[in-house]
Amino acid sequence: MANKTVQIEIKRQASPDAPAVWESFELPWRPGMNVVSAMMEIAANPVTADGRATTPITYDSNCLEEICGSCAMRINGKARMACSALVDNLEQPIRVEPLSKFPLVRDLQVDRSVLFENLMRVKAWVPVDGTYDLGSGPRVFPQQQEANYPLSNCISCCCCMDVCPQFNEDTGFVGAATIAQVKLFNNHPTGKVFKEDRLRALAGDGGIQECGFAQNCVDTCPKQIPLTDAISDVSREVLIQKAKDWLRG
Amino acid sequence: MAAPRIIVVGGGLAGLAAVIKIAEAGGTVDLFSIVPVKRSHSVCAQGGINAAKNLKGEGDTTAQHFDDTIYGGDFLANQTPVKAMCEAAPAIIDLLDRMGVPFNRTPEGLLDFRRFGGTLYHRTAFAGATTGQQLLYALDEQVRRHESDGKVKKYEGWEFLSAILDSKGVARGITALDLRTMELRSFPADAIILATGGIGAIFGKSTNSVVCTGSAQSAIFQQGAYYANGEFIQVHPTAIPGEDKLRLMSESARGEGGRVWVPRAPGDQRPIKQIPESERFYFLEEWFPKYGNLVPRDVATRAIHRVVYELGLGIDGQPMVYLDLTHIDRATLDHKLEGILEIYEKFVGDDPRDVPMKIFPGMHYTMGGLWVDFNQMTNIPGIFAAGECEYQYHGANRLGANSLVSCIFGGFRSGPNALQYAKSLSAPEGDGGAAAELARQSEINAKLLKNEGAENPFKLWRELGQTTTEHATVIRYNKGLKQADEKIVELLDRYKKINLSDRSQWANTSFAFARQLKNMLELSRTVVLGALLRDESRGAHYKPDFPDRNDEQFLKTTKASFTGSREGPRIEYEEVDTQYIKPRPRRYDATK
Repeated sequence: MANKTVQIEIKRQASPDAPAVWESFELPWRPGMNVVSAMMEIAANPVTADGRATTPITYDSNCLEEICGSCAMRINGKARMACSALVDNLEQPIRVEPLSKFPLVRDLQVDRSVLFENLMRVKAWVPVDGTYDLGSGPRVFPQQQEANYPLSNCISCCCCMDVCPQFNEDTGFVGAATIAQVKLFNNHPTGKVFKEDRLRALAGDGGIQECGFAQNCVDTCPKQIPLTDAISDVSREVLIQKAKDWLRG
Repeated sequence: MAAPRIIVVGGGLAGLAAVIKIAEAGGTVDLFSIVPVKRSHSVCAQGGINAAKNLKGEGDTTAQHFDDTIYGGDFLANQTPVKAMCEAAPAIIDLLDRMGVPFNRTPEGLLDFRRFGGTLYHRTAFAGATTGQQLLYALDEQVRRHESDGKVKKYEGWEFLSAILDSKGVARGITALDLRTMELRSFPADAIILATGGIGAIFGKSTNSVVCTGSAQSAIFQQGAYYANGEFIQVHPTAIPGEDKLRLMSESARGEGGRVWVPRAPGDQRPIKQIPESERFYFLEEWFPKYGNLVPRDVATRAIHRVVYELGLGIDGQPMVYLDLTHIDRATLDHKLEGILEIYEKFVGDDPRDVPMKIFPGMHYTMGGLWVDFNQMTNIPGIFAAGECEYQYHGANRLGANSLVSCIFGGFRSGPNALQYAKSLSAPEGDGGAAAELARQSEINAKLLKNEGAENPFKLWRELGQTTTEHATVIRYNKGLKQADEKIVELLDRYKKINLSDRSQWANTSFAFARQLKNMLELSRTVVLGALLRDESRGAHYKPDFPDRNDEQFLKTTKASFTGSREGPRIEYEEVDTQYIKPRPRRYDATK
C-alpha cells in the first residue's frame, strides 16, 4: 500500500485586511493524528500540496487536552476544538477555517477577548473578604456541588457564541457562556451577594432577552454544559428582577 | 515616593496567586502572559491539591505531610520552606473553598479527600478530575475582580524576552514582545516575579502545554540567574502516548482504586476479559505491598520501564501497560474521575469504564528550576520566582497533588516579598538600562528575521526532544548524557543557520518559536550536564551505574550558571537544609 496521506485545506489570511485564500496540504498520515498535529507537521515542512513554499499556520493552542479552550476553530463547517478533532473521524479533505464571529488576527487566530470583558461586566467571581485565613468555607451539599461543577467546566472556547444566530454586532448579545457563569455565581452561597447586579447586567440591550432559543449552543459545547437550562433559569430570574426593580420604582 | 511597580510574568496558579496578594496589599501589577491567563497550563492539573486537613479521622497532620514530602523528594529539598508550605496548606484549601472552587463533598457537606501517591493518608482535596482547572478559574476570577478595580493591568499575548538590569545588576524592568503586532517594548518595574511554569517542550513531547518551553527561565539564567537541580525531571508513570503530545492520565485514577498490570505471559493474545486474575501481573502491588499502586511517581515509572524493557511484558510487545478501572462501578467513576475518563475516550476512542487503559510514562514536571532564596528571590536582586519555574519544594521527586499547593504557596509568598523589596529600592540611575537592553533584543530579532540558512526551527526542536527524552529521562547513563550534550551543542551550531519560513511582522509564530528554541537549547544543557555530574541515584534521577543514593557527596543542591562558553554551564553545589528531618533511606517496599 502506498503511504497513506491526509488532505487538509486551510483558510489563510495574513492579516485582518489581507484577502483570504485557501491552501491545500497533503501530509503523511499517522495513527491518532489530530488537526493540531497536522498543523505542527506543516510548521516543520511548510509546503503546500502543489509544492509551493508557504508559512506555518498561525493558530491558538496550548493544552491539547480540550481543557484550556484555546484551539477553537471551524473544522468541516463545525465550531470545535482542533486538539480533539481526530483526523480519522473527519471527512477529507478536512476544511479548516477560523471562528466566524470574532475579529480575525491571522489565519486561524481570532480575538475572543469579548468573553472575558463580559465576565467582568457580570462580576463572575465570589467576593471573598480577603485571602487571609478566615477558616472553612460554607458547607455545600454534594447535590449542590454536582449541579455547579458542570457550569464551572466552561473552558471559554466561545464555540457556543460562534454558532449562535443571535451573537452578532446588531444584537450585541452577551452569549450563552456568560449567562451560564451568572447562574454558577448566583448559585454560590457567597457569590449570590451580587445576584441582583448580575441579573441587571443581563437585563438591558444585548442581554438575555436576545436569545432566540436556537439551541445551537448546547449542541456545540465541547464540555456538554447545560447551556439552555442555564439560559431558561437565568431568564426567569432576570424577569423577576425587572419586576422587582419596577415595583420599587 | 511613587507606589512600587511590580511585574508578574505568567498567569498560571503561581502568577495569579502573587497578583492577588499584591493587589490586596494595595499594590498595582502589570501581568504578562503569552496566552489569556485563563488558558494557562495549570488547567491541566487533574487529581487534586494536598493539605493535611485530617477530615477522615486518620490522624493526619501537617508534620506528616511535611515528612511525606521530604521523604518523597529523597531529602533533596530544603526543609524550611517545605515545612512552611505544608503548614500553610490547610488554610489555602479553605481559601480556595471560600472562593467557590467546586470541590467534591461528603454527605455532610464537608470537603472530600482522596488518596494520592507517596502517602498513606486521604490528603488530597479535589474537584472531579479537573482540579487544576477549577483552581485556576477561582484565582482568575479574583484577578478579574482586581482588574475591574484598576489594580491589575493584563498584557495577554505578550511574551517575556529578558530582564532589564542596571549597572549594578539590579532588575529594573523587562522587555517583552507583543505576539500580534511583533512590537518590542521595555516595561519598567521595581520588582519582577517570574511564574512561567514548566519546561516540557525541551523534551519534545510531554504532558505539558505548548507554552511550557522554559524560555523565560532560560533567558534570565543566561542573564546570570542560577538554575538549580535541573537534572530532576519527573516522568509521570501514566500518560497516553499521542502524535502531538503525551496526555496525562491522572494519579487520581490509581487513588480511586485503579490497578496497573500486564499479562504474565509475554504477548498474551487473549481478549482482556479472558485473562484470569491469576495470570495478571499486578507488579506494583506485588513489588510494593504497602503502597501498591500508589508508590511515588519515580518508583512507578521505573517499575513500568522494567516490566516493559527488562521483562519484555509490554502489552502486545509494545511499550504500554494496563491501567485498569473496570472493576469500579460507573457511578463512582463518573462522579470522581469523569474529566480524565473523557480525555481518554476522546483521544483514544475506548471507554475506560469498560476497557483497561493503555498507558506509558511521559515527561511531566521539572523539580528543578530557578534558584531562589527562602523569600522566593533569585540571585538577581529584584527578580523573584514562584511555581514550577523555581526549584524549592519538591526535592528529587514531587509527590502527586503537591504541585498545586506549591504554586499557590510560592505565589502567595513572592507577592508580598516582592512588594516589600520594591518599597526599599532606591531609584534607578537614568533609565536603569532599559535602552541598552531594548537595543540588544532588537538586534537579536533583526538578525533572526534576516538569517539565511537551511535549518527549520521546528525540525531542530524535534531533534532536541528526541535526544533529551532518550538520554535524560527515566534511565540515565553517563555515555548517553555526554552524547546528548554533544547533540545539543550541534543543535546550537545549526541554530545559527536557522531560516524562518515566515518573515512577516504580524502574528509570526515561527519567529516567536525560534526565540524560544534558542532558550530551550541553552536550558537543556543544565538538565543534561547536571545529570551527568550527579553520579548517584536519587528520586527521579536514576543511573544504573550508580544505583544508590550518595548523601556524602550529593546531598546537595545543584546550581548551574551560564558561561556562554562551548563547555556549557558551570555547575556548583550547595548544602541542603536538613534541620528538621534527618535523611534516612527511602524505601516504598516497606513502611518508612
